[in-house]
Amino acid sequence: MPWFEDIEIGTRTELGSHTFTAEEIIAFAKKYDPQYFHIDPEAAKEGPFGTLTASGWHTSATWMKLMIAKRQATPEPADENGRKPPAGGPSPGFLEMKWPTPVRAGDTISYSTEVIEKLDMKSRPGWGIVRSRNTGVNQHGETVMSFIGQGLIERRQPRK
Amino acid sequence: MGTREPKFYWEDFPVGETVEFGEKHVTKEEILEFASEFDPQPFHLDEEAAKQSILGGLCASGWHSCAMMMRMMCDGYILESASMGAPGVDEVRWRKPVYVNDTLRLRRTCTERRPSKSRPEMGLTKFHIEMLNQKDEVVLTSDGWAMYGRRHPGAPVEKA
Repeated sequence: MPWFEDIEIGTRTELGSHTFTAEEIIAFAKKYDPQYFHIDPEAAKEGPFGTLTASGWHTSATWMKLMIAKRQATPEPADENGRKPPAGGPSPGFLEMKWPTPVRAGDTISYSTEVIEKLDMKSRPGWGIVRSRNTGVNQHGETVMSFIGQGLIERRQPRK
Repeated sequence: MGTREPKFYWEDFPVGETVEFGEKHVTKEEILEFASEFDPQPFHLDEEAAKQSILGGLCASGWHSCAMMMRMMCDGYILESASMGAPGVDEVRWRKPVYVNDTLRLRRTCTERRPSKSRPEMGLTKFHIEMLNQKDEVVLTSDGWAMYGRRHPGAPVEKA
């Protein structure tokens, strides 16, 4: 990760895409969200979406998977003093999670993240909060997921 | 819903009602399994790295906490309900880490509800969910709407 000071509002990053198979939709849902329209392709035909669909939490967790993969694939260099850049920090939570279109078996979802806001932390002078608008879009251009994510990122210099 | 008659319809979640349910013991294996697939950051994968981190110990991915919340909601009432899915979640706060060997439960309060204007067979319900650990600490809160089938589609509704 870059230091908090170096993160620029408006920076948009494409995170790549993921194709959801029926098998993985069912495997995730059997563990975490075993509603019939997420685990039973036959029964799902009579359900609210008319077909098997992924749990929204599966759609969202896959954003995290690609976010971490992107971060790990693009490490920041050490600075001139040899100081390593920060690892990603924890998150206080997220806002406005929306699943406007369900993810169906075979859909390919392209994920992205865009920095929208930077907040100082009164309680932790060594850290800041970065807010991002995160989205997933299917192969037809329909948004399947959108939310505002938040992450604690270390500052190069503690705030005075 | 599927083939059997639901126990809970939209009418069965009155505003102001609070119920507690679920008992979920969180194992190290589950934390590692979820984090390996969706959130491979050191504080979710490596005990030593986690002790050195701001989180203070090996803990579940926040997305894993959400998935566990979903499963506890499914087992607690959704699978016995006329659930029609959810359009998203307004806000989730990860207030404290979920550590190995924590035992979690949920406290659900209905904060708002309204019938769907466009679909008389459906109603919307807003729940405030608190996830508590064995020390009665609130580790996660969630606020959001979900859709449920109505026992009496289109029937007049008293103001809640």
